[in-house]
Amino acid sequence: MSSEAADSNRRRFLTAATVVVGAVGTVATAVPFLASWEPSARARTAGAPVVADISKLEPGQLIIVKWRGKPVWVVRRDAKALATLSEVTDMLRDPDSNESIQPPYAKNEYRSRESEYLVMVGICTHLGCSPSYRPEITADFKGGFFCPCHGSMFDFAGRVYKGVPAPTNLTVPDYYFVTDGVVEIGKSGEA
Amino acid sequence: MSDNNNNSSGLLGWIDARFPLTKMFEEHLSKYYAPKNFNFWYFFGSLALLVLVIQIVTGIFLTMHYKPDGELAFTSVEYIMRDVDWGWLLRYLHSTGASAFFIVVYLHMFRALIYGSYQKPRELIWLFGMFIFLALMAEAFMGYLLPWGQMSYWGAQVIISLFGAIPVVGDDLTLWIRGDFVVSDATLNRFFALHVVAVPIVLLMLVVMHILALHEVGSNNPDGVEIKKNKDANGIPLDGIPFHPYYSVKDLVGVVVFLILFSVVVFFMPEMGGYFLEHANFVPADQFKTPAHIAPVWYFTPFYAILRAIPDKLLGVIAMFSAIIVLFLLPWIDRGKVKSVRYRSTAFKLLLVMLVVSFLGLGYLGALAPNPTRTMFAQIFSAGYFGFFLGLWWISKNEVTKPVPERVR
Amino acid sequence: MRNALFILAGLLLPNLCFGAGEGVTYPDDKIQIDWADKAAMQRGARTFVNYCMGCHSAGYSRYNRVGADLGIPDELVQSELIFTTNAAGEKTKVGELMKSSMTAEYGEKAFGIVPPDLSLVARSRGVNWLYNYMRGFYVDETRELTGVNNGVFANVGMPHVLTELQGLQIPRYASEPDGHGGEHEVIVGFDIIKPGSMSKSEYDNTIHDLVAFLDYVAEPYKQTRKNVGTGVIIFLFVFLILAYMLKKEYWKDVH
Repeated sequence: MSSEAADSNRRRFLTAATVVVGAVGTVATAVPFLASWEPSARARTAGAPVVADISKLEPGQLIIVKWRGKPVWVVRRDAKALATLSEVTDMLRDPDSNESIQPPYAKNEYRSRESEYLVMVGICTHLGCSPSYRPEITADFKGGFFCPCHGSMFDFAGRVYKGVPAPTNLTVPDYYFVTDGVVEIGKSGEA
Repeated sequence: MSDNNNNSSGLLGWIDARFPLTKMFEEHLSKYYAPKNFNFWYFFGSLALLVLVIQIVTGIFLTMHYKPDGELAFTSVEYIMRDVDWGWLLRYLHSTGASAFFIVVYLHMFRALIYGSYQKPRELIWLFGMFIFLALMAEAFMGYLLPWGQMSYWGAQVIISLFGAIPVVGDDLTLWIRGDFVVSDATLNRFFALHVVAVPIVLLMLVVMHILALHEVGSNNPDGVEIKKNKDANGIPLDGIPFHPYYSVKDLVGVVVFLILFSVVVFFMPEMGGYFLEHANFVPADQFKTPAHIAPVWYFTPFYAILRAIPDKLLGVIAMFSAIIVLFLLPWIDRGKVKSVRYRSTAFKLLLVMLVVSFLGLGYLGALAPNPTRTMFAQIFSAGYFGFFLGLWWISKNEVTKPVPERVR
Repeated sequence: MRNALFILAGLLLPNLCFGAGEGVTYPDDKIQIDWADKAAMQRGARTFVNYCMGCHSAGYSRYNRVGADLGIPDELVQSELIFTTNAAGEKTKVGELMKSSMTAEYGEKAFGIVPPDLSLVARSRGVNWLYNYMRGFYVDETRELTGVNNGVFANVGMPHVLTELQGLQIPRYASEPDGHGGEHEVIVGFDIIKPGSMSKSEYDNTIHDLVAFLDYVAEPYKQTRKNVGTGVIIFLFVFLILAYMLKKEYWKDVH
């Protein structure tokens, strides 16, 4: 019969080892349960990137593409609209897009990969209404988007004006040009 | 601060002053003295508790994706199996768990039979256990409708229509149970509510009462000796050992062995040859097309065989329910004083063999389509099943038993 | 312990057969599906979408899942396996379910019964049944709609879709005792009266591959399940050794 001290050490060691291995097993068991909350294949398919044909867009025209249940605008901006972007900078809350959500390639004055086409989620960053497209450039408003719910205003790059309820610029999703006339929304196109 | 028996300090002391945590831990675990001679048959109580937890946890997660609608149910199960990450595992754990529950519970009940654990003073434990068994059968029956396969649908149709055999109220009763003229979406939805909420709550309450009743009296053991009769100077049974750590540590081994066997089924043979997941249930329910052969899931087949053995519909139903009711009466049918089969008569041992052979035979026949030969055997086995109880009542009054030891062996 | 043996014996009772009905069926061969043979399943997928999906859906299966599991890139899945469009004329996307374009109403009108979804048929009927069924069509003039009958599924409503591959065959009968004291005719073989583009062994292989694909579609995660299971059981054995040692250590106190 070994001494009591050795027994108690062995006992403590075995208990600790069992507890540790048991804990590992318990955590491993929890993984599938927690993982089952991830978006299912059905949700991933429904949320999959959407391909849109933009080859027939006229300058100044806006189309709406549905992606992940949200309206995504594709706007073909004309030269006049693009010119307003530098004029309104002083009236904007966040002209450099530091606070808003956009992919790295859209963190610029045009908030897009290249100047002509704007791809933007058409949901106001205030309380979720869908703003209207205001292509007309007037003395009062240099054009862009106006949200009828609470009066928020955005320029032709979706940048929010000062003094309106919306806190940030409109969100730009991942997108890339599959070809010149086809854009895929929801995918960055890299790798 | 109020005085506690033993000074628990810190957080534990704070809790103990407001809630009987240490008191409960001692009363039910570290100072609950169980007989030291528990054997293989004594694993199944803790295993039943484990399977209950498995079913509840996997059941909750299945409910997050399952749709209890006649149009959507079958598809939602396949959605779980294919589109939900790890959904196939949740489903197989739950379907295997259902069968495992009955294997464990039947073995647990058998232990009570061989060691007389239902005898005085443990009749109430046995009764609570029998109510758990009833609740479990209801839970399994309703759960089986939910996948809305052919066997789900037609099995429910057959069993519910049995209630139509009851005179006078039968037809109205079946209409009321179904909520419709045939098993339909109405039936599915209410069975879902009962299966997910009502019966689990009832089961949990019954399990708590079952364990409390057990702890009040103390556990039986394979020798059928009352260990509380021989206590030491401190009032601790001489043949008793504290449940914790000795049986927590031993039951852990039992749990791991069970999980190995359970995992072999879940991961390598979840259908179990069509016994755990029936082939016909991979076809969506079709109310216009009856499958060639309707059989209940394996754990109901013994009782189903008794039902079919009696040619009359009402008498068959009565016989089937009697087969369960007679179990409730076991503590009073057995008039013997000796608890364990180890010290009981040869007659008792023979009766026990007859019961086991009959029960297994009935189970085997209940899964098959009937023909005259099989029906005859089912009748013989039914006689054997009920014969156990009749025989036990008869022989137990003046049973020739061996001398029961004072202390456990 | 004798009691435990009885229980064990009871648990080892023979399995229920697949529910295909009693009686003699022909052919009656057995096959094995090798899950490592992805090429066979790919060929089966091709047969399925080309010949079967006109009427039958595999509506719980997703194209991209089939592609990922069988080693077919999404672009190839799109070009080689997807032939359906939605009501607006947009081509079915690779993440969508494999649904046939045939509506239930059309199926009902054309065949008297909607052609069933085949996602789970390998689990409800079994691979042997399917293998024999697809090779069991024979000419039967009395069948008005399809002109064929089937040695495995008598009076089936399905036409012989693969006639161009197998050709047409007629049954050879023999007399056998019928179990009630009399005799009846059973099919004991087939003779090709009009050859198709494949020989018998080529056709048998094609059907084998098709059934392999259906076996996969019925339970696509079967391989994953076994792999995870191996890991789980190894872990549990390790844990068992530890738990047992712990038990032994504590139980030194007892007796």
